[in-house]
Amino acid sequence: MKIPQELRFAASHEWATEPADGIVTVGITDFAQDQLGDVVFVELPEVGRTLAAGEAAAVVESVKTASDINAPLAGEVVEVNGALLDAPEAINTDAYGEGWLFRLRVTDGDAWGGLLDADAYAAVAEEG
Amino acid sequence: MPYVPHTDDDVRRALAAIGVDRVDDLFADVPAEILDPPLDLPAPMDEVTLLAHLDALAARDQQAVPTFLGGGVRRHFIPAVTPRLALQGEFVTAYTPYQAEVSQGVLQSTFEFQTMMSELTGLPNSNASMYDGASAVAEAALLAVRQTHRETVMVSRAVHPETREVLQTYLWPLDIDVEVVDLEPSLTTPVPGVGDHVAALIVQDPNHLGYLEDMPAMAAAAHAAGALLIAVVDPLALAVLREPGSYGADIAVGDGQVLGVPMQFGGPAFGFMVVTDALLRQLPGRLVGQTTDVDGRRAFVLTLQAREQHIRRSKAKSNICSNHQLAALLATVNMAALGPTGLREMAEATVRRAHRLAAALRGAGADVAPNERFFAEFVLRTRAEGATVRRRLAKRGVRAGVPVPPEYGIGNAVTLAATELTTDADIEALLAALHDVGELGVVGTEVVA
Amino acid sequence: MSDFPLVFERGMPGRRAARPPVTEGAGMAELLGEDALRAHPPRLPEVSELDLVRHYTQLAHRQFSIDGNFYPLGSCTMKYNPKLHEDAADRFLDLHPYQDPDHAQGILALLHGLQGDLATITGMDAISLQPAAGAHGELTGILMIRAFHEANGEGEQRRVVICPDGAHGTNPATASMAGYDVVEVPTGPDGEVDFAAFEAALGPDTAAVMLTNPNTLGIFERRILRMSAAAHAVGAQLYYDGANLNAVVGRARPGDMGFDVVHLNLHKTFTTPHGGGGPGTGPVGVKAHLAPFLPAPLVAREGDRFVLDTDRPRSIGRMRSFYGNVGNLVRAYAYIRTLGAEGLRRVSSMAVLNANYLRVRMKEAGFTIAFDRVNMHEFVAQPPAGLRTLDIAKALLDHGVHPMTVYFPLIVKEAMMVEPTETESLETLDAYAAILAEVLERAQADPGYLAEAPRSTPVRRLDETTAARKPVLRYGFTAG
Repeated sequence: MKIPQELRFAASHEWATEPADGIVTVGITDFAQDQLGDVVFVELPEVGRTLAAGEAAAVVESVKTASDINAPLAGEVVEVNGALLDAPEAINTDAYGEGWLFRLRVTDGDAWGGLLDADAYAAVAEEG
Repeated sequence: MPYVPHTDDDVRRALAAIGVDRVDDLFADVPAEILDPPLDLPAPMDEVTLLAHLDALAARDQQAVPTFLGGGVRRHFIPAVTPRLALQGEFVTAYTPYQAEVSQGVLQSTFEFQTMMSELTGLPNSNASMYDGASAVAEAALLAVRQTHRETVMVSRAVHPETREVLQTYLWPLDIDVEVVDLEPSLTTPVPGVGDHVAALIVQDPNHLGYLEDMPAMAAAAHAAGALLIAVVDPLALAVLREPGSYGADIAVGDGQVLGVPMQFGGPAFGFMVVTDALLRQLPGRLVGQTTDVDGRRAFVLTLQAREQHIRRSKAKSNICSNHQLAALLATVNMAALGPTGLREMAEATVRRAHRLAAALRGAGADVAPNERFFAEFVLRTRAEGATVRRRLAKRGVRAGVPVPPEYGIGNAVTLAATELTTDADIEALLAALHDVGELGVVGTEVVA
Repeated sequence: MSDFPLVFERGMPGRRAARPPVTEGAGMAELLGEDALRAHPPRLPEVSELDLVRHYTQLAHRQFSIDGNFYPLGSCTMKYNPKLHEDAADRFLDLHPYQDPDHAQGILALLHGLQGDLATITGMDAISLQPAAGAHGELTGILMIRAFHEANGEGEQRRVVICPDGAHGTNPATASMAGYDVVEVPTGPDGEVDFAAFEAALGPDTAAVMLTNPNTLGIFERRILRMSAAAHAVGAQLYYDGANLNAVVGRARPGDMGFDVVHLNLHKTFTTPHGGGGPGTGPVGVKAHLAPFLPAPLVAREGDRFVLDTDRPRSIGRMRSFYGNVGNLVRAYAYIRTLGAEGLRRVSSMAVLNANYLRVRMKEAGFTIAFDRVNMHEFVAQPPAGLRTLDIAKALLDHGVHPMTVYFPLIVKEAMMVEPTETESLETLDAYAAILAEVLERAQADPGYLAEAPRSTPVRRLDETTAARKPVLRYGFTAG
């Protein structure tokens, strides 16, 4: 199970990059994609939508289940990964890269530091 | 005891294996004060007695007489081969096909059903059927609300009154408004001004009174406002009438009873819903998809289940859990039996018989509404109230006359329907009965109710 | 191996099986106008009658069914569907829903009688036969509860429906459709609703509590009377999901447990056929205070006449067209009138006996029982560690028996929910347990055995991922 050190995480298994010019990229973790199984469909938020931290922003569907994906930080959606609509399997094959879901312009740049770091998230994932 | 195989020895053997003394020990968790209440039910009947009882009941129902009733259910030709094949025990007593490897019978026939409904409607994605036409319309309206994020639907008053009632029931708890479009004197729907707050425009074609609507204009009006067009259609009529996909409808819904399901006092038949590609992921209900097995053979499976209630629970697209599979299978086999030619012949015969009936009534001095563009049924203005006319005709051995409700503002009136099963003798019987009850041009006949 | 053909791939243009009565006359363009007509005919099959018969007979042979196979799906009550009921229903096929009610007195009398029978069996005051399925009945019931609260001026205040975490998925989905928020309460270590958590969840915002009893673990909620009293104490209404009524039919009544609304699954307890997924039938029963809100129309008696009572001003409205799935209502009526009260008691007694017997046999075969105690009509088992429920289910198919319900309830890992029903003999249950034991034995001896199962079914395991990623919902009509 990969947990990149440079990312921060929510306990609900989303990752976020460190803000660059106030923008973070969000996806689901390798652990989460493994639990879901083969992803078959992704519902992405509308660009321009404002999200609260912890608000359901996207849905990732596998054959047998569907999971809400929450915004780990508050902000406005500035970009979504439209490529996932045709190739949702990228979430399985490259959860931290091609499998990214959306980008947020965060309301509070410092909030990122309050998310779980890799070690803390590893402990969460360990518990399942 | 019927259907329970246990002998006394069986019960003893089972109790011994479980390790309890009496069957009642297994009910020890049920509070004693509510266990085994007296039940005042009629004494059980054996098979012969039961069937005699049912025969006595059925004898009080008018069946197998000339029939001109429509209003959403019609008597149509069902070849003998259709129920014989569709109602085989394997289909009748199967469960939902969750174990696809041993459910290819149900799954493949449903895939065939979806394909046929797609062909009839000219839209690509059909679900595996729903409860009935009315609830399918309500589900279509909810789909439109989800898709557009708007909270009003517009519905023609010429959509079946019961369908509009169901729509209200489904939309009320979600605070979605329903705007009703009134009819023109031709008993058709004017092309309405659709506001940009409207999620969908719902129009029935042929409408509840039997008449064709200007569906391309409805589609244009809906789309100009960013709303969806929900076309409520008669699937048998689609053997000759333009299909919803051809005029840009986003959703086609309706009731499938006319495709080979007996009338059965109104149920069970089935509803259907067919949508554009853009709406596929919003489609409620079961879907069967094609795939392959590990040996590369074509096979069919329930798909996109993650939208459904057993997985999404409170976030499901709908709470719908079952479909009307067996009724849909009747329609599937029936369409395969008739083929494109037989289905077209049935639809054409229906149109010709209905128009012949209207002409015969006019010839006899009846007040038939002046719109000629109808498929299977049309409006007859009457002297007495519709329900009274219907009862008087029934006493004379003819089932005819669905009352037209007061909301249409045309006074006393009924709709009359004909199908390919309507014979010249039936039409004569209806004319004679209408004459008897004083509803034809001849004045002075004393009417006895 | 070649693919089994679709009906579209059989036959030849110009063939057909059935010929309707034909009427010659004016063309459609003349009668309806050219603009009203479709440009191309639908591509429907063109097959001879014998081709048609072979096709759907062979498809029937590619299908498991109660008639052919033991089918112990938990929560589904796959009991035998008597052939007599088909003959019963055939007597009422040619009835139009809008025919004059005075000329439909037989069917109305039957429906009125069934309303009364179901009220007696459930301990409720009034019944609507309209809902088309269990989930449809649930929506009907929850909408009535909402209308009731609104009529009492508490519509704004009561926003929450409480469901146990083991509830059927339709319960929370229904609550959402009725505009409510859902709060789940956990199951305690005894397999029953955690009473303290339940009490804590109740409050002035509670609109309804939805329960199945026995619950989805097949365990009777022993504290049911306390639960209903607690719910009523905060003004909430109690909803009974009738999916598991077969456990107690004739012996205990939801009305006596304190429920205000109940839906029944006639396709479960009252053995109308499942039909490969429907039509079901889901009548609802209510206590008197909710009766004004029942959907219209009801069948009522006026002297010696039966009428359709549409004058119900406080009704929630219609749930569907006409009066219900009448064909199935006739079947359920035939069942109740065949069994009588004593027969119904025998049904639940033997259903519970069979389930407990199979529980013991499955335990002997090496399965773990979740919440192992005397159960009602069903129980939940788990495979030995390291084995997956899905694999065992697939292996059962090679033995000609249907698996149990798998992966439900969600609160038990690798759940196998087993409901044998009362119509199965002990020999059948013994054989099932023996097959399960054999499957475990072979799985432990040969790790590849389960992964390859099933081998002998019409098709083998399917690629469900591709089916969901790139849905193909219709035949492509490609050449060749």
